[in-house]
Amino acid sequence: MRYEAVIGLETHAELLTESKLWCRCGTRFGEPPNTQTCPVCLGMPGVLPVLNKRAFELALKAALALHCVINRETFFDRKNYYYPDLPKNYQVSQNYCNLGRDGYLEMSADGGIRRVGIWNVHLEEDAGKNIHVESPGADYSLVDLNRAGVPLLEVVSAPDMHSVEEAEAFMHTLRRLLLYCEVSDCKMQEGSLRFEASVSLRRPGEEKLGSRVEIKNLNSIKAVTRCLAYEIERQSRLLREGGAVEMETRLWDEAGGRSERMRSKERAQDYRYFPEPDLVPFVVDEGWLERVQAEVPELSLGRRRRFVRDHGLSEYDARVLTEERAVADYFEACLAAHNEPKSVANWIMNEVLAILNERKVSIAEFEVPPQRFAELIEAADKGKVTAAAAREILGKMIETGKNAATLIEETGAETIGQEEDLAPIVEQVLAEARKAVQDYLGGKKKAIGALLGQVMRLTGGKADPKLAREILLNRLEEMARQP
Amino acid sequence: MPITREQVEYVAHLSRLKLSEEEKDRFARQLDAILQAVEKLNELDTDGVEPLVHVAPRRNVFREDAAGESLPREEALRNAPEQSEGCFKVPRIIE
Ligand SMILES: [Zn+2]
Repeated sequence: MRYEAVIGLETHAELLTESKLWCRCGTRFGEPPNTQTCPVCLGMPGVLPVLNKRAFELALKAALALHCVINRETFFDRKNYYYPDLPKNYQVSQNYCNLGRDGYLEMSADGGIRRVGIWNVHLEEDAGKNIHVESPGADYSLVDLNRAGVPLLEVVSAPDMHSVEEAEAFMHTLRRLLLYCEVSDCKMQEGSLRFEASVSLRRPGEEKLGSRVEIKNLNSIKAVTRCLAYEIERQSRLLREGGAVEMETRLWDEAGGRSERMRSKERAQDYRYFPEPDLVPFVVDEGWLERVQAEVPELSLGRRRRFVRDHGLSEYDARVLTEERAVADYFEACLAAHNEPKSVANWIMNEVLAILNERKVSIAEFEVPPQRFAELIEAADKGKVTAAAAREILGKMIETGKNAATLIEETGAETIGQEEDLAPIVEQVLAEARKAVQDYLGGKKKAIGALLGQVMRLTGGKADPKLAREILLNRLEEMARQP
Repeated sequence: MPITREQVEYVAHLSRLKLSEEEKDRFARQLDAILQAVEKLNELDTDGVEPLVHVAPRRNVFREDAAGESLPREEALRNAPEQSEGCFKVPRIIE
């Protein structure tokens, strides 16, 4: 008996702000513990929160990018629970009137486009960090409140996913969306993107859902995929063996690759939400909404489709180039200067991305601006330099910061494209590479490759390959006719 | 419906309060009185009245996103009953 999984995901993303949600403390990652705190984020009596406008706008932008209905008058609520990383003993969040609701995320799955519903998008404050002391016999934990009060976006999906693969596609697509919108840096190693999953199983074709299990402590996309595979297997086994799945909350242990039922009842789901009296409501008027809507960029999927439709790229190329917004921007900036999409795509994918990959840096750190890169590609496309020479020049452009035309001039890299210049070199190759010539004349037509390689070597890669091949073939034919 | 001792114990647990037997009885009575007062309000006909989220008439109180000074760490930790390695030291947390 196979069961169908029903999966929902809650995503938390730290917003890209300078300061915290309610106070002016900084949000930098990796600062010494408890050096970014103040009376507000320490939860001292008598303090008042004042909302960070940019955090609100970033959340609004994300909600719009996720096609949400925007609640034009929204407010915050207190979610009450006691935990050492929560100094106020309540988290300011949204429960009764989320900033955004009833949206969707479009993703490509199974070769088609799938929509996953978004129940709501809201803004809340992050908690501090609990540090578990590993030393044997330690009967205490440590708390760092640098992260307490950092603005957090929460995106709650509908339980619309039915496989680990779909959940994975959802997370990658959402991550790209947040990066495209410049709402979060989504650095999982810094805890900027975290998840909670809910999983239940049902028999195929059945409406009724099985008991829902929630899993917390998922700090990367990989952790979610592992945990979902584990959980689906765990529940299937229980059901197959005639048991029942219990509604519960489990904690994922990434190192151990397993989940465990939460032992404590510390987080009993009785949060006694009520409207936060320290904050007035917030109203988004028409003008503000339009302004933020205008800031929502074309997202990766839309851009990918446009690259295929308008630029004639393959699905694969379009996907690679739209994976990161900055790369797609770079591609289009190149096209503005040299409108040969396929050629530009090849150059970026084969050269630029390879270089970035090797250096493990982003395209923002690539030394050659798109305009200049386009000039080089144009020189190669027009046969002014060969592809091999252009690659050499690209290396020099990175080193020296000079433009392509100057470097072609300085290094004499221009293609040898005149017959009278190439013919003597061909003669030399034919005289020296006797073995290859004989092979060719003996019927091994593949030997032409070796001969052409020799011509390229002798010219330092500058010979016009088409012309060189033509001359070579002509001469070989002559030789074949002469006994 | 009067507030039961069990309800008082439950709410006290959620708020991490340890109550004496005498307090449980007393708070049960007091909470009961408070809820009765609220019951009284419920007699009003509020059909068509929008729920009030905040009594102040102001909206959109924001600050710009600029980082400022934080407290020196010694200050931040000064009220902590115990501290260690620049952190608040708390009883061992069991998830
Ligand atoms: Zn602060």
